[in-house]
Amino acid sequence: MDLNLSDEQRLLRESAERFVAESYDADHRRKMTNDPLGYSPDVWKQFAELGWLALPIPEEFGGLGGGAVEIGILMETFGRGLVSEPYVATVVLGAALIDRCGNAAQKQASLPKIADGSLKLAFAHSERAARFDLAKVTATANKTSQGWRLAGSKIAVLDGHAADEIIVSALIHDHHGPSGRIGLFLVRATEPGLVISDYPRLGGGRACNIELSDVHLPEDALLGDGHDALPAIEWAVDRAMAALGAEAVGIMQTLLDTTLEYTKIRKQFGRPLSANQVIRHRLADMAMQVDESRSMALRASLKADSPPVERARAASGAKAKIGKCARFVGEQSIQLHGGMGVTEELEVGAYFKRLVAFDTLFGGSAHHYSRHAQLGRSA
Amino acid sequence: MDLTFNAEERAFQSEVRGFIAKNLTDEMKRATALTPSVFSDPDIGIAWQRALHRQGWGAPGWPVEYGGPNWTPAQRWIFETESARAGVPNVNVMGVKMVGPVIIGFGSPEQKNFYLPRILSGEDYWCQGYSEPGSGSDLSSLKTRAVRDGDDYIINGTKIWTTHAHHANRMFALVRTSDGPRQQDGISFILIDMKTPGITTRPILTIGGDHEVNQVFFDDVRVPVVNRVGEEGKGWTYGKYLLEFERGSGIASAKLREGLKAIADLAASDLTGRAIDSPDIATRISEVEVDIDALEMTELRVLSALQTGQNPGAVSSILKLRNSEIRQAVTRLGVDVIGHDALAVEPMRPLYRLNHEPAIPEDMLTVVPEYLNGRAYTIFGGTSEIQRDIIAKMMLGI
Repeated sequence: MDLNLSDEQRLLRESAERFVAESYDADHRRKMTNDPLGYSPDVWKQFAELGWLALPIPEEFGGLGGGAVEIGILMETFGRGLVSEPYVATVVLGAALIDRCGNAAQKQASLPKIADGSLKLAFAHSERAARFDLAKVTATANKTSQGWRLAGSKIAVLDGHAADEIIVSALIHDHHGPSGRIGLFLVRATEPGLVISDYPRLGGGRACNIELSDVHLPEDALLGDGHDALPAIEWAVDRAMAALGAEAVGIMQTLLDTTLEYTKIRKQFGRPLSANQVIRHRLADMAMQVDESRSMALRASLKADSPPVERARAASGAKAKIGKCARFVGEQSIQLHGGMGVTEELEVGAYFKRLVAFDTLFGGSAHHYSRHAQLGRSA
Repeated sequence: MDLTFNAEERAFQSEVRGFIAKNLTDEMKRATALTPSVFSDPDIGIAWQRALHRQGWGAPGWPVEYGGPNWTPAQRWIFETESARAGVPNVNVMGVKMVGPVIIGFGSPEQKNFYLPRILSGEDYWCQGYSEPGSGSDLSSLKTRAVRDGDDYIINGTKIWTTHAHHANRMFALVRTSDGPRQQDGISFILIDMKTPGITTRPILTIGGDHEVNQVFFDDVRVPVVNRVGEEGKGWTYGKYLLEFERGSGIASAKLREGLKAIADLAASDLTGRAIDSPDIATRISEVEVDIDALEMTELRVLSALQTGQNPGAVSSILKLRNSEIRQAVTRLGVDVIGHDALAVEPMRPLYRLNHEPAIPEDMLTVVPEYLNGRAYTIFGGTSEIQRDIIAKMMLGI
């Protein structure tokens, strides 16, 4: 039992902190907000050079063989800088799904390219009617003589516009009709029949909706051998929630630091705001919730490879708790900044919006408390 | 980073389990489960303290030279967790965890030789004389006065919320020996024999129907000066040192988890018409469970920091605050889970020695008293408001 950082982990955190401090300042963030790409290809190249894109990829495919804890360390620091590069889409979700579901040839074709920065991915899974139910997929993949024919609609695809290839989930229909199995298909972004409508995402970066109409794919577009991909999807989304939880912790810490500074400087009635007990107690509650969130994000990371129910309960527990804390810390940061907190002139709003996006993504607190409860009964 | 135990730690875990299996009687277990106050009654608590002492585990936090077992923080974690899981008695902490560390830190060699073995063996039973009717959160405004008369102090005044004063043979108290420029000055830390003439004790019943706390009166009570710990007038420093122990040796989550499990078991039983089938109840159980998970991780983070010699700092206030709030959430949930059976009042104590058939199932008897008495968790040991002051000052610098 030891929760101290190893030397390697400490170095990772220091290099990430240095990067954010030196290259990811307020000017950079402001530029990114109005950027049609939503991220910087130069920064992506730096990520590759720093080894961060290779972090969770197995060593045999050019990676560093890191785990969820290392991803969490990086993501918390990304949160402090409000980093908008498509890291979750490509590395946390994309690489993980290929590593878990792909066959040897598919892994060899993709993973080294993710690690060196030459391949960006996105994961198209959510559908409007499914809400947050990962098992509910209506997009179809029909077996054809040459391979597959995909049709359907996907929403809220993180960074889909930036992806070279998109992993699309669809119900497999083989020669006997619907199989009841979900398959994952690797689709090139330029594939005929694939239409991407992208939009600026709440809190930075971009997302898109995707229409697939008669997209013809070769046989080997299906990742792996056609086993039901749902357990892998749940596994990957749980990992992504742990990573996003760590990012939220970094965001909350920055909001707390900023708000604390402001209450010391801002004077009303002849004294700093922080001289008022009601303000001090609010900040104490915020600090406490940041700390609880840090504990929960770490817990979800440490259990990312535990047996499915334990892992899923840790991930849902973290998502629910951190989401609740994030709303509180974010809303109170604005409250304590007064009218200025509601304007685009301060960065408080940008950080807050990323927290709202976090709480919404893959389901909010209410959804995850209820998933946690359901899993508890099956345990 | 690693959440799992290594081979040595697992071996220690089985040692603890073996010890508990051998020493924890069904009677102790049932009495503990049916005690709706903070601490077990002395006959139950002292029996457990004696068993721990025989094993050399009587005072986990003490240095080896005074009888501590020299455990690592991980071993302490395992011990506390296994104890909570098994439902061992809640030994009154006033001796081992409160006055013990102060005597070790600041007492004379004579005091150490006399008192420490008697705490370990359970021979002495301690209570704490801190709060007064006029001095709650503003503790250092206390007025109980000790006036020097030859080799004695003569003490007059009153202490309140004195847990188990009606059982204790000794009290450690903060008394005013002089009036300094600040109200914290002139306070001394003194050890009092409860059989000394002039001491009277008045019971105070808490809203759950339990007699755990008292008011204690001092009328010209003579206490030898040699019973003072440390220097005269420095008692506030020693008392604050002790309060840090009261706020948490840092391992509370295991007990909370067992408390929630008892409520969840009730919710899943026919006794409550399967309350858990209501999505509202099921979700609230999850909410509390997740809060316990977060507290547990924070405790483990603190423990890991301690293992490498780092100081956890103001986090003890966070642990105290969250522990008390979550405990209240568990008991609040309990009341909702038992539904109409929350209406039944069982006035007789102890609940494990009733001479009649109770109106509701035995497993429900403590639920409402625990909720009612449990309102005190966010009040004693520094109110939640005081803890937030401390967090703001120590962690945030405001």
